[in-house]
Amino acid sequence: MSKITTAIIDYKLSNLKSVKAACDYVGLNAFITSDFKKVLQADSIILPGVGSFKEAMKNLKELDLDKSIIENINKKKYFLGICLGMQLLFTKSEEFGNAKGLNLIEGEVVKFKSKKKFPTPIPHVGWNNIKFIKNNNICDGLESISQMYFVHSYYAKPKKKNVILSETKYCNINFCSSVSKQNIFAFQFHPEKSGEFGLKVYKNYLNIIQNDKNTF
Amino acid sequence: MSKFLRIIPKLEVKGNNLVKGVHLEGLRVLGNCYDFAKKYYEDGADELIYQDVVASLYERNSLNDIIEKTSKNIFIPLTVGGGIRNIANIKEVLNSGADKVSINTAALKNPEFINEAANNFGSSTIAINIEVIKNKDGKYYAYIDNGREATGKLLDKWVLEVQERGAGEIIIVSVDKDGTSLGFDLDIIKILKNKIKIPTILNGGIGKEQDILEVLKNYKVDGIALASLLHYNYYNFLKKKFSNLNEGNSSFLFSNKKFKNFQNTNIIKLKKYLNNHKINIRKK
Repeated sequence: MSKITTAIIDYKLSNLKSVKAACDYVGLNAFITSDFKKVLQADSIILPGVGSFKEAMKNLKELDLDKSIIENINKKKYFLGICLGMQLLFTKSEEFGNAKGLNLIEGEVVKFKSKKKFPTPIPHVGWNNIKFIKNNNICDGLESISQMYFVHSYYAKPKKKNVILSETKYCNINFCSSVSKQNIFAFQFHPEKSGEFGLKVYKNYLNIIQNDKNTF
Repeated sequence: MSKFLRIIPKLEVKGNNLVKGVHLEGLRVLGNCYDFAKKYYEDGADELIYQDVVASLYERNSLNDIIEKTSKNIFIPLTVGGGIRNIANIKEVLNSGADKVSINTAALKNPEFINEAANNFGSSTIAINIEVIKNKDGKYYAYIDNGREATGKLLDKWVLEVQERGAGEIIIVSVDKDGTSLGFDLDIIKILKNKIKIPTILNGGIGKEQDILEVLKNYKVDGIALASLLHYNYYNFLKKKFSNLNEGNSSFLFSNKKFKNFQNTNIIKLKKYLNNHKINIRKK
Protein backbone atom coordinates (compact mmCIF):
# COMPACT_ATOMS: atom_id res chain seq x y z
CA MET A 1 0.00 0.00 0.00
CA SER A 2 1.42 3.36 -0.93
CA LYS A 3 1.71 5.95 1.77
CA ILE A 4 -1.19 8.34 2.22
CA THR A 5 -0.27 11.88 1.18
CA THR A 6 -1.76 15.11 2.49
CA ALA A 7 -1.36 18.46 0.77
CA ILE A 8 -1.26 21.51 3.06
CA ILE A 9 -2.47 24.26 0.76
CA ASP A 10 -0.29 27.35 0.68
CA TYR A 11 -2.16 30.30 -0.80
CA LYS A 12 0.30 32.89 0.51
CA LEU A 13 -1.73 34.11 3.43
CA SER A 14 -0.53 32.31 6.49
CA ASN A 15 2.22 30.62 8.34
CA LEU A 16 1.86 26.90 7.73
CA LYS A 17 4.72 25.77 9.90
CA SER A 18 2.71 24.86 12.95
CA VAL A 19 0.16 22.94 10.84
CA LYS A 20 2.98 20.98 9.24
CA ALA A 21 4.57 20.45 12.68
CA ALA A 22 1.31 19.01 14.05
CA CYS A 23 1.07 16.65 11.04
CA ASP A 24 4.67 15.51 11.58
CA TYR A 25 4.00 15.03 15.27
CA VAL A 26 1.11 12.60 14.74
CA GLY A 27 2.71 10.86 11.73
CA LEU A 28 0.54 12.35 9.00
CA ASN A 29 2.64 12.48 5.83
CA ALA A 30 2.03 16.07 4.70
CA PHE A 31 3.69 18.49 2.32
CA ILE A 32 3.15 22.21 1.71
CA THR A 33 2.22 23.21 -1.84
CA SER A 34 0.63 25.93 -3.99
CA ASP A 35 0.56 23.67 -7.07
CA PHE A 36 -2.99 22.64 -7.96
CA LYS A 37 -1.73 19.53 -9.81
CA LYS A 38 -0.04 18.28 -6.65
CA VAL A 39 -3.22 19.02 -4.73
CA LEU A 40 -5.21 16.89 -7.16
CA GLN A 41 -2.80 13.98 -6.70
CA ALA A 42 -2.90 14.07 -2.91
CA ASP A 43 -5.10 11.69 -0.88
CA SER A 44 -6.23 14.40 1.48
CA ILE A 45 -5.96 18.17 1.84
CA ILE A 46 -5.59 20.62 4.68
CA LEU A 47 -6.69 24.21 4.13
CA PRO A 48 -5.33 26.50 6.87
CA GLY A 49 -5.41 30.27 6.82
CA VAL A 50 -5.79 33.50 8.72
CA GLY A 51 -6.71 36.91 7.40
CA SER A 52 -9.09 38.25 4.82
CA PHE A 53 -11.77 36.03 3.27
CA LYS A 54 -11.88 38.05 0.06
CA GLU A 55 -8.12 38.02 -0.41
CA ALA A 56 -7.98 34.30 0.33
CA MET A 57 -10.57 33.52 -2.38
CA LYS A 58 -8.72 35.75 -4.84
CA ASN A 59 -5.44 33.92 -4.18
CA LEU A 60 -7.06 30.48 -4.41
CA LYS A 61 -8.61 31.39 -7.76
CA GLU A 62 -5.41 32.83 -9.17
CA LEU A 63 -3.62 29.59 -8.38
CA ASP A 64 -6.52 27.42 -9.66
CA LEU A 65 -6.67 25.92 -6.19
CA ASP A 66 -10.39 26.55 -5.71
CA LYS A 67 -11.32 24.08 -8.47
CA SER A 68 -8.88 21.43 -7.28
CA ILE A 69 -10.20 21.65 -3.70
CA ILE A 70 -13.78 21.20 -4.94
CA GLU A 71 -12.75 18.36 -7.26
CA ASN A 72 -10.95 16.52 -4.44
CA ILE A 73 -13.91 16.87 -2.12
CA ASN A 74 -16.30 15.63 -4.81
CA LYS A 75 -14.03 12.62 -5.29
CA LYS A 76 -14.61 11.85 -1.60
CA LYS A 77 -11.06 12.69 -0.59
CA TYR A 78 -10.70 13.91 2.97
CA PHE A 79 -10.56 17.60 3.78
CA LEU A 80 -9.48 19.39 6.96
CA GLY A 81 -10.15 23.13 7.18
CA ILE A 82 -8.74 25.37 9.89
CA CYS A 83 -9.90 28.87 10.87
CA LEU A 84 -10.27 30.84 7.61
CA GLY A 85 -9.98 27.42 5.90
CA MET A 86 -13.31 26.52 7.52
CA GLN A 87 -14.99 29.83 6.63
CA LEU A 88 -14.00 29.51 2.95
CA LEU A 89 -16.17 26.39 2.66
CA PHE A 90 -19.29 28.50 3.02
CA THR A 91 -21.40 30.28 0.42
CA LYS A 92 -20.36 33.85 1.23
CA SER A 93 -18.91 36.23 3.78
CA GLU A 94 -20.18 39.64 4.81
CA GLU A 95 -16.59 40.92 4.95
CA PHE A 96 -16.22 44.02 2.70
CA GLY A 97 -19.68 43.82 1.29
CA ASN A 98 -20.17 40.32 0.00
CA ALA A 99 -17.41 37.89 -0.90
CA LYS A 100 -18.26 34.53 -2.45
CA GLY A 101 -16.78 31.36 -0.97
CA LEU A 102 -16.34 27.77 -2.17
CA ASN A 103 -20.00 27.00 -1.40
CA LEU A 104 -19.34 23.42 -0.31
CA ILE A 105 -21.44 24.04 2.79
CA GLU A 106 -24.49 26.30 2.61
CA GLY A 107 -24.37 29.32 4.86
CA GLU A 108 -22.65 32.63 5.46
CA VAL A 109 -19.77 34.05 7.46
CA VAL A 110 -20.55 37.03 9.68
CA LYS A 111 -18.73 39.27 12.14
CA PHE A 112 -19.08 39.16 15.94
CA LYS A 113 -21.01 42.07 17.30
CA SER A 114 -20.13 43.28 20.78
CA LYS A 115 -23.33 44.10 22.62
CA LYS A 116 -23.56 47.36 24.55
CA LYS A 117 -24.86 45.53 27.59
CA PHE A 118 -22.03 42.96 27.57
CA PRO A 119 -19.02 44.58 25.85
CA THR A 120 -16.72 41.83 24.61
CA PRO A 121 -13.29 42.18 22.99
CA ILE A 122 -13.17 41.42 19.25
CA PRO A 123 -11.26 39.55 17.84
CA HIS A 124 -12.07 36.50 19.93
CA VAL A 125 -8.58 35.50 21.05
CA GLY A 126 -7.77 32.81 23.56
CA TRP A 127 -8.96 29.48 24.92
CA ASN A 128 -12.64 28.70 24.95
CA ASN A 129 -14.91 25.70 25.42
CA ILE A 130 -16.14 23.75 22.47
CA LYS A 131 -19.22 21.65 23.10
CA PHE A 132 -19.70 18.75 20.73
CA ILE A 133 -23.31 18.43 19.67
CA LYS A 134 -22.94 15.30 17.55
CA ASN A 135 -20.73 12.22 17.49
CA ASN A 136 -17.93 11.84 15.02
CA ASN A 137 -14.65 9.89 14.94
CA ILE A 138 -12.77 13.19 14.52
CA CYS A 139 -13.47 13.90 18.21
CA ASP A 140 -12.48 10.46 19.54
CA GLY A 141 -10.80 10.69 22.93
CA LEU A 142 -11.95 14.26 23.51
CA GLU A 143 -14.37 15.16 26.27
CA SER A 144 -17.80 16.43 25.25
CA ILE A 145 -16.63 19.85 26.40
CA SER A 146 -12.99 20.55 25.47
CA GLN A 147 -10.86 23.69 25.45
CA MET A 148 -9.35 24.94 22.22
CA TYR A 149 -7.50 28.06 21.07
CA PHE A 150 -9.28 30.67 18.93
CA VAL A 151 -8.18 33.75 16.97
CA HIS A 152 -10.92 35.26 14.79
CA SER A 153 -13.43 38.08 14.31
CA TYR A 154 -15.83 36.28 11.94
CA TYR A 155 -17.75 33.04 12.37
CA ALA A 156 -19.76 30.75 10.12
CA LYS A 157 -23.54 30.33 10.23
CA PRO A 158 -24.47 27.05 8.48
CA LYS A 159 -27.91 26.94 6.90
CA LYS A 160 -28.41 23.28 7.82
CA LYS A 161 -27.89 22.53 11.48
CA ASN A 162 -26.88 18.91 10.88
CA VAL A 163 -23.39 19.92 9.72
CA ILE A 164 -22.60 21.55 13.09
CA LEU A 165 -20.12 19.45 15.04
CA SER A 166 -19.53 21.78 17.98
CA GLU A 167 -20.67 25.10 19.40
CA THR A 168 -18.84 27.74 21.41
CA LYS A 169 -20.15 30.66 23.42
CA TYR A 170 -18.84 34.14 22.70
CA CYS A 171 -20.35 37.62 22.49
CA ASN A 172 -23.42 36.19 24.18
CA ILE A 173 -24.18 33.78 21.32
CA ASN A 174 -23.49 30.11 20.67
CA PHE A 175 -21.62 30.08 17.38
CA CYS A 176 -20.66 27.11 15.23
CA SER A 177 -17.02 26.31 16.11
CA SER A 178 -16.65 23.23 13.89
CA VAL A 179 -18.45 21.37 11.12
CA SER A 180 -18.41 17.89 9.65
CA LYS A 181 -20.10 16.73 6.48
CA GLN A 182 -19.14 13.32 5.06
CA ASN A 183 -15.46 13.69 4.06
CA ILE A 184 -15.23 17.32 5.23
CA PHE A 185 -14.00 18.35 8.69
CA ALA A 186 -13.40 21.97 9.58
CA PHE A 187 -12.58 23.92 12.73
CA GLN A 188 -12.79 27.58 13.62
CA PHE A 189 -10.20 27.03 16.38
CA HIS A 190 -6.56 26.07 15.89
CA PRO A 191 -6.04 22.42 16.88
CA GLU A 192 -2.29 22.83 16.21
CA LYS A 193 -2.21 25.52 18.93
CA SER A 194 -4.47 23.71 21.37
CA GLY A 195 -2.01 21.46 23.17
CA GLU A 196 -2.45 17.71 23.43
CA PHE A 197 -6.20 17.75 22.85
CA GLY A 198 -5.70 19.68 19.65
CA LEU A 199 -3.13 17.16 18.47
CA LYS A 200 -5.72 14.43 19.06
CA VAL A 201 -7.82 16.01 16.31
CA TYR A 202 -4.92 15.59 13.87
CA LYS A 203 -4.38 12.02 15.05
CA ASN A 204 -8.08 11.23 14.61
CA TYR A 205 -8.00 12.72 11.12
CA LEU A 206 -5.10 10.43 10.23
CA ASN A 207 -6.95 7.42 11.67
CA ILE A 208 -10.07 8.22 9.67
CA ILE A 209 -8.11 8.36 6.42
CA GLN A 210 -6.19 5.18 7.24
CA ASN A 211 -9.28 3.19 8.22
CA ASP A 212 -10.99 4.28 5.04
CA LYS A 213 -8.02 3.33 2.89
CA ASN A 214 -7.76 -0.08 4.58
CA THR A 215 -11.31 -1.00 3.62
CA PHE A 216 -10.45 -0.89 -0.10
CA MET B 1 -17.73 35.41 30.06
CA SER B 2 -16.82 31.91 29.09
CA LYS B 3 -13.21 32.59 28.24
CA PHE B 4 -10.34 31.25 30.30
CA LEU B 5 -7.65 33.07 32.21
CA ARG B 6 -4.43 32.45 30.32
CA ILE B 7 -1.37 31.49 32.36
CA ILE B 8 1.57 32.63 30.28
CA PRO B 9 5.20 31.93 31.18
CA LYS B 10 7.36 34.85 30.02
CA LEU B 11 10.87 33.84 29.08
CA GLU B 12 13.50 36.52 28.74
CA VAL B 13 16.03 35.21 26.26
CA LYS B 14 19.72 35.96 25.80
CA GLY B 15 21.34 33.80 23.16
CA ASN B 16 20.02 30.33 23.95
CA ASN B 17 19.68 31.09 27.61
CA LEU B 18 16.77 31.94 29.84
CA VAL B 19 17.68 34.95 31.96
CA LYS B 20 15.93 36.87 34.72
CA GLY B 21 16.67 40.03 36.64
CA VAL B 22 14.99 42.56 38.89
CA HIS B 23 13.38 45.69 37.38
CA LEU B 24 14.49 44.24 34.02
CA GLU B 25 18.16 44.67 35.10
CA GLY B 26 20.93 42.46 36.52
CA LEU B 27 20.20 39.41 34.43
CA ARG B 28 21.06 35.97 35.75
CA VAL B 29 21.32 32.93 33.55
CA LEU B 30 18.85 30.26 34.67
CA GLY B 31 19.26 27.60 32.02
CA ASN B 32 18.35 26.69 28.49
CA CYS B 33 15.34 28.66 27.26
CA TYR B 34 13.84 25.83 25.23
CA ASP B 35 14.05 23.35 28.15
CA PHE B 36 11.95 25.68 30.28
CA ALA B 37 9.46 26.30 27.47
CA LYS B 38 9.00 22.56 26.89
CA LYS B 39 8.47 21.83 30.58
CA TYR B 40 5.99 24.72 30.93
CA TYR B 41 4.04 23.39 27.94
CA GLU B 42 3.95 19.89 29.42
CA ASP B 43 2.71 21.26 32.73
CA GLY B 44 -0.18 23.10 31.09
CA ALA B 45 0.94 26.62 30.16
CA ASP B 46 -1.68 28.24 27.92
CA GLU B 47 0.70 30.31 25.85
CA LEU B 48 4.36 31.44 25.88
CA ILE B 49 6.13 34.79 25.56
CA TYR B 50 9.76 35.01 24.45
CA GLN B 51 11.34 38.38 25.10
CA ASP B 52 14.71 38.89 23.44
CA VAL B 53 16.54 41.11 25.93
CA VAL B 54 19.59 41.76 23.77
CA ALA B 55 18.07 41.85 20.28
CA SER B 56 21.41 42.28 18.55
CA LEU B 57 21.89 41.16 15.00
CA TYR B 58 24.22 38.37 16.06
CA GLU B 59 21.85 36.97 18.70
CA ARG B 60 18.94 37.16 16.29
CA ASN B 61 19.80 33.95 14.51
CA SER B 62 19.88 31.94 17.70
CA LEU B 63 16.49 33.42 18.64
CA ASN B 64 15.03 32.31 15.31
CA ASP B 65 16.41 28.81 15.93
CA ILE B 66 14.69 28.66 19.32
CA ILE B 67 11.40 29.89 17.79
CA GLU B 68 11.66 27.25 15.09
CA LYS B 69 12.39 24.45 17.54
CA THR B 70 9.53 25.66 19.74
CA SER B 71 6.98 25.72 16.92
CA LYS B 72 7.91 22.16 15.94
CA ASN B 73 7.45 20.68 19.38
CA ILE B 74 5.27 22.96 21.47
CA PHE B 75 1.66 23.25 20.38
CA ILE B 76 0.45 26.40 22.11
CA PRO B 77 0.58 30.03 20.92
CA LEU B 78 3.90 31.84 21.04
CA THR B 79 4.43 35.61 21.23
CA VAL B 80 7.91 36.95 20.49
CA GLY B 81 9.12 40.43 21.41
CA GLY B 82 12.34 42.40 21.69
CA GLY B 83 14.01 44.25 18.83
CA ILE B 84 10.98 44.26 16.53
CA ARG B 85 11.68 47.46 14.60
CA ASN B 86 10.13 47.05 11.16
CA ILE B 87 7.86 44.95 8.96
CA ALA B 88 10.79 42.76 7.89
CA ASN B 89 11.51 41.90 11.56
CA ILE B 90 7.89 40.85 12.06
CA LYS B 91 7.93 38.72 8.94
CA GLU B 92 11.13 36.99 10.03
CA VAL B 93 9.82 36.14 13.48
CA LEU B 94 6.47 34.89 12.14
CA ASN B 95 8.21 32.83 9.46
CA SER B 96 10.32 31.19 12.15
CA GLY B 97 7.07 30.01 13.75
CA ALA B 98 5.85 32.68 16.17
CA ASP B 99 2.10 33.39 16.22
CA LYS B 100 2.26 36.95 17.48
CA VAL B 101 4.86 39.65 17.94
CA SER B 102 5.07 42.18 20.73
CA ILE B 103 6.36 45.67 20.06
CA ASN B 104 7.48 48.34 22.50
CA THR B 105 10.31 50.72 21.60
CA ALA B 106 9.55 50.95 17.88
CA ALA B 107 5.88 51.71 18.61
CA LEU B 108 6.67 54.54 21.02
CA LYS B 109 9.26 56.04 18.69
CA ASN B 110 6.93 55.82 15.70
CA PRO B 111 3.30 55.10 16.67
CA GLU B 112 2.33 54.87 12.99
CA PHE B 113 4.24 51.56 12.97
CA ILE B 114 1.36 49.99 14.94
CA ASN B 115 -1.10 50.83 12.13
CA GLU B 116 1.32 49.54 9.54
CA ALA B 117 1.94 46.29 11.40
CA ALA B 118 -1.77 45.69 12.06
CA ASN B 119 -2.65 46.38 8.41
CA ASN B 120 0.02 43.99 7.19
CA PHE B 121 -0.50 41.09 9.54
CA GLY B 122 -3.91 41.58 11.16
CA SER B 123 -4.56 43.01 14.62
CA SER B 124 -4.61 39.63 16.31
CA THR B 125 -0.91 39.17 15.41
CA ILE B 126 0.22 42.45 16.95
CA ALA B 127 0.66 42.85 20.71
CA ILE B 128 1.95 46.06 22.26
CA ASN B 129 4.30 45.64 25.18
CA ILE B 130 4.15 48.55 27.63
CA GLU B 131 6.91 48.89 30.22
CA VAL B 132 5.42 50.98 33.01
CA ILE B 133 7.29 52.98 35.66
CA LYS B 134 5.84 55.26 38.31
CA ASN B 135 7.61 58.62 38.32
CA LYS B 136 8.22 60.99 41.22
CA ASP B 137 5.17 63.00 40.18
CA GLY B 138 3.06 59.94 41.13
CA LYS B 139 2.03 59.30 37.53
CA TYR B 140 2.67 56.21 35.43
CA TYR B 141 4.67 56.44 32.20
CA ALA B 142 5.63 54.14 29.33
CA TYR B 143 9.37 53.43 29.04
CA ILE B 144 11.51 51.96 26.28
CA ASP B 145 14.65 49.82 26.01
CA ASN B 146 13.87 47.43 28.89
CA GLY B 147 12.69 50.20 31.17
CA ARG B 148 15.88 52.23 30.77
CA GLU B 149 14.67 55.24 28.86
CA ALA B 150 11.77 57.58 29.58
CA THR B 151 9.47 58.75 26.80
CA GLY B 152 7.22 61.13 28.71
CA LYS B 153 4.19 59.22 27.41
CA LEU B 154 1.52 58.74 30.08
CA LEU B 155 0.22 55.19 30.46
CA ASP B 156 -3.46 56.15 30.26
CA LYS B 157 -2.94 58.09 27.01
CA TRP B 158 -0.79 55.37 25.47
CA VAL B 159 -3.23 52.48 26.07
CA LEU B 160 -5.96 54.45 24.31
CA GLU B 161 -3.71 55.33 21.40
CA VAL B 162 -2.40 51.80 20.73
CA GLN B 163 -5.97 50.47 20.61
CA GLU B 164 -7.03 53.16 18.15
CA ARG B 165 -4.06 52.32 15.99
CA GLY B 166 -5.10 48.66 15.73
CA ALA B 167 -3.16 46.69 18.33
CA GLY B 168 -4.73 43.31 19.05
CA GLU B 169 -3.43 42.80 22.56
CA ILE B 170 -1.71 44.77 25.32
CA ILE B 171 0.97 43.40 27.63
CA ILE B 172 1.50 45.62 30.67
CA VAL B 173 4.84 45.18 32.44
CA SER B 174 5.23 46.77 35.84
CA VAL B 175 8.96 47.49 35.82
CA ASP B 176 8.85 48.71 39.44
CA LYS B 177 7.59 45.30 40.56
CA ASP B 178 9.43 43.10 38.05
CA GLY B 179 11.36 40.33 39.80
CA THR B 180 10.38 41.52 43.28
CA SER B 181 7.62 39.08 44.36
CA LEU B 182 5.69 42.02 45.87
CA GLY B 183 2.54 41.44 43.82
CA PHE B 184 1.26 43.31 40.78
CA ASP B 185 0.95 47.09 41.16
CA LEU B 186 -2.78 47.46 41.72
CA ASP B 187 -2.64 51.22 41.10
CA ILE B 188 -1.87 50.44 37.46
CA ILE B 189 -5.14 48.52 37.29
CA LYS B 190 -7.05 51.59 38.46
CA ILE B 191 -5.63 53.47 35.49
CA LEU B 192 -6.43 50.70 33.00
CA LYS B 193 -9.96 50.03 34.16
CA ASN B 194 -12.61 50.85 31.56
CA LYS B 195 -9.95 52.05 29.11
CA ILE B 196 -9.00 48.76 27.45
CA LYS B 197 -11.32 46.94 25.07
CA ILE B 198 -8.77 44.46 23.69
CA PRO B 199 -7.28 41.43 25.46
CA THR B 200 -4.87 42.45 28.21
CA ILE B 201 -2.02 40.58 29.86
CA LEU B 202 -0.42 41.75 33.09
CA ASN B 203 3.18 41.03 34.09
CA GLY B 204 5.49 41.93 36.96
CA GLY B 205 5.66 41.23 40.66
CA ILE B 206 3.61 38.05 41.06
CA GLY B 207 5.37 36.15 43.86
CA LYS B 208 2.63 33.84 45.06
CA GLU B 209 -0.61 32.26 43.83
CA GLN B 210 -2.72 34.65 45.88
CA ASP B 211 -1.26 37.68 44.06
CA ILE B 212 -3.15 36.54 40.96
CA LEU B 213 -6.44 36.48 42.87
CA GLU B 214 -5.76 40.02 44.06
CA VAL B 215 -5.44 41.13 40.45
CA LEU B 216 -8.60 39.31 39.40
CA LYS B 217 -10.60 40.80 42.26
CA ASN B 218 -9.88 44.20 40.78
CA TYR B 219 -9.73 43.57 37.06
CA LYS B 220 -11.01 41.03 34.54
CA VAL B 221 -7.70 40.46 32.85
CA ASP B 222 -7.24 37.96 29.98
CA GLY B 223 -3.82 36.69 30.91
CA ILE B 224 -1.17 36.75 33.58
CA ALA B 225 2.44 36.54 32.41
CA LEU B 226 4.73 34.92 34.96
CA ALA B 227 8.52 34.86 35.05
CA SER B 228 10.42 34.69 38.37
CA LEU B 229 7.68 32.77 40.19
CA LEU B 230 7.92 29.95 37.65
CA HIS B 231 11.60 30.14 36.69
CA TYR B 232 12.87 29.96 40.28
CA ASN B 233 10.65 26.98 40.94
CA TYR B 234 11.78 25.05 37.88
CA TYR B 235 15.45 25.91 37.46
CA ASN B 236 16.80 23.42 40.00
CA PHE B 237 14.94 20.68 38.22
CA LEU B 238 16.11 21.80 34.77
CA LYS B 239 19.72 22.73 35.42
CA LYS B 240 20.91 19.11 35.26
CA LYS B 241 20.34 19.31 31.54
CA PHE B 242 22.11 22.62 31.20
CA SER B 243 25.59 22.79 29.74
CA ASN B 244 25.96 26.18 28.05
CA LEU B 245 28.05 28.11 30.57
CA ASN B 246 29.78 30.36 28.12
CA GLU B 247 27.20 33.06 27.97
CA GLY B 248 26.34 35.51 30.72
CA ASN B 249 26.35 35.35 34.48
CA SER B 250 25.70 31.72 35.34
CA SER B 251 27.50 31.56 38.71
CA PHE B 252 24.16 31.96 40.40
CA LEU B 253 22.87 28.85 38.73
CA PHE B 254 25.21 26.58 40.67
CA SER B 255 24.91 28.30 44.03
CA ASN B 256 21.94 26.10 44.97
CA LYS B 257 20.14 29.16 46.13
CA LYS B 258 16.50 28.87 47.12
CA PHE B 259 14.15 31.77 46.68
CA LYS B 260 12.00 32.05 49.74
CA ASN B 261 10.42 35.27 48.47
CA PHE B 262 8.72 33.25 45.78
CA GLN B 263 6.13 30.68 46.75
CA ASN B 264 6.95 27.05 46.15
CA THR B 265 4.62 26.12 43.29
CA ASN B 266 4.40 25.04 39.66
CA ILE B 267 1.91 25.48 36.82
CA ILE B 268 -0.09 22.39 37.78
CA LYS B 269 -0.44 23.47 41.42
CA LEU B 270 -1.13 27.06 40.45
CA LYS B 271 -3.95 26.08 38.10
CA LYS B 272 -5.46 23.80 40.72
CA TYR B 273 -5.38 26.68 43.19
CA LEU B 274 -7.07 29.07 40.76
CA ASN B 275 -9.66 26.46 39.85
CA ASN B 276 -10.46 25.96 43.55
CA HIS B 277 -11.06 29.69 43.73
CA LYS B 278 -13.57 29.50 40.88
CA ILE B 279 -11.31 31.03 38.26
CA ASN B 280 -12.00 29.71 34.77
CA ILE B 281 -8.86 27.73 33.91
CA ARG B 282 -8.09 25.50 30.94
CA LYS B 283 -7.70 21.86 31.92
CA LYS B 284 -4.85 20.11 30.22
